[in-house]
Amino acid sequence: MSKFMQWVDDRFPATKVWNEHLAQYYAPKNFNFWYFFGSLAMLMLVNQILTGIWLTMDYIPTGEEALASVERDIMRDRDWGWLLRLMHGVGASMFFVVVYLHMFRGLLYGSFRKPRELVWIFGMIIFVLLMAEGFMGYLLPWGNMSFWGAQVIINLFSAVPYFGEELTVWIRGDYVISGATLHRFFALHVVALPMALLLMVFLHIVALHKVGSNNPDGIDIKKSKDENGIPLDGIAFHPYYSVKDIAGVGVFLLIFCWIIFFNPEMGGYFFEAPNFTPANALKTPEHIAPVWYFTPYYSILKAVPNQGLGVITMAASLVILFFLPWLDRSPVLSIRYKSPIYKWALMLFVVSFFILGYLGMLAPNEMRTLVARICTIYYFAFFVGMPWWSQWGTTKPVPTRVTYK
Amino acid sequence: MSNDGVDLEKRRFLTLATAAVATVGAGFVAVPFLGSWNPSEKAKAGGAPVEFNLDKVEIGQMVKVKWRGKPVFVVRRDENTLSRLADNTDELKDADSKVETQQPTYVDKATRSTRPDIAVIVGICTHLGCVPQHKKETEVSWGGGFFCPCHGSKFDLAGRVFNGSPASTNLVIPPYKYLADNKILIGEDEGEV
Repeated sequence: MSKFMQWVDDRFPATKVWNEHLAQYYAPKNFNFWYFFGSLAMLMLVNQILTGIWLTMDYIPTGEEALASVERDIMRDRDWGWLLRLMHGVGASMFFVVVYLHMFRGLLYGSFRKPRELVWIFGMIIFVLLMAEGFMGYLLPWGNMSFWGAQVIINLFSAVPYFGEELTVWIRGDYVISGATLHRFFALHVVALPMALLLMVFLHIVALHKVGSNNPDGIDIKKSKDENGIPLDGIAFHPYYSVKDIAGVGVFLLIFCWIIFFNPEMGGYFFEAPNFTPANALKTPEHIAPVWYFTPYYSILKAVPNQGLGVITMAASLVILFFLPWLDRSPVLSIRYKSPIYKWALMLFVVSFFILGYLGMLAPNEMRTLVARICTIYYFAFFVGMPWWSQWGTTKPVPTRVTYK
Repeated sequence: MSNDGVDLEKRRFLTLATAAVATVGAGFVAVPFLGSWNPSEKAKAGGAPVEFNLDKVEIGQMVKVKWRGKPVFVVRRDENTLSRLADNTDELKDADSKVETQQPTYVDKATRSTRPDIAVIVGICTHLGCVPQHKKETEVSWGGGFFCPCHGSKFDLAGRVFNGSPASTNLVIPPYKYLADNKILIGEDEGEV
């Protein structure tokens, strides 16, 4: 075996890569619950790609056949087709669950701060790509919610000055959403975006391994090393964290499987009821709402009483996240040592994000619009004011070595 | 190979010239990729005009006609409705149809129709493209019209947008002409042969 590995290593850096990224990649030893979600996001990416490839074997991306190929050919006629489809559809929602938790971990422990700015930016690009992937994938079953969801989102581009209308026709490939739109979204969903996602995940990890993982104390473990140059508070990713992550995968899969087998629609949150009826260009569903993972941004869009400004505000709510590494000016990284102001501000942010998400699912009325406006203002105040308020209050002293809490 | 006597000026020129040619080439190569996203000939041919018989619409009622894949609302309005359309101008963003792209030149600016009693309106919300619901005057407190279920935009029975709606412009009036007293052709301008 070692002779064989020697032969390979002379031609390809197999052992070198294994050591640098797994066996000799030293991660802080105080990782907690919040550190499961990176590896779970990878698991969901593999799940989506694998089940997605199998679904393309039966799926027909035309206006006439799409819904039938999903609901009849895949869900009923194909052996195990229902399972592959539900793994993919539930997988999409669970992908967003773990990605949101993964991002929240960054907010808790300042994982986006210097020197991890690029890790965060690559991660944000992944998040945006994932939203595009989820949006385009949602059109493919060609149900009525697919159709009208795509109609609304593509029409966001009509707010572009001068050539907005032409731009939407160009995106759709037709004057209305049609089979042409469906077919090109299919191509993007199964070929272009997954390739871009894989590339960005690769860059996200390369950037992370260059600077090393952050930890719940937000301190640099490379400052205290032993005589061999290994961080005193670091443990090899493999086998220590690979085993820990597998335990996390086990628990996660229990939840994932429970949903798939017992409650795949999740009360309409994962699969919306109008999407079991065929796409109808003449009838918008009585109540139209995107899938839950888009609803906070959708709420922000609805809260602004002007189309162009609404679209800009919604786009800004995503763009502002890219700047997070330069907005947080607190002298410490982790919430453990930050002033209570940060804890309150972050808690309020989470609450307002949930309220926006909830309101995004409901039909608008005056009261709800008012609440959504207040939450939208807070969403932006949180980020725009961060360079100032993150410096307020007193921080706690940061230890030199990691702690367990 | 020695670096002595290298003409850096020439080298820089060649590098820039190569990069410039490559950029122009990339621009040309992008044309077919971007151009292939335009509507195909088949999609363009799908936009033929549609005939509609007005006898199908009773007073106060709305009928949907499909034109270019889009719903077109045809509504028959009575005197009451028309008098209220003249009264509610304070509540509207664009009561006099000043945004020219939203209707053909030959329709009346206030009623937004060629004949006051018959309204022909594209049923696509100008906010984000949902199909608004027709609400009769007796059904709602705001005088009736069109209510978009997606983001709550409201339009009156002339398709004019109410203040406070996320939509900024009035509903679009399609090109249409009368073939007879009770028959219209949607998709062709008045005066066109």
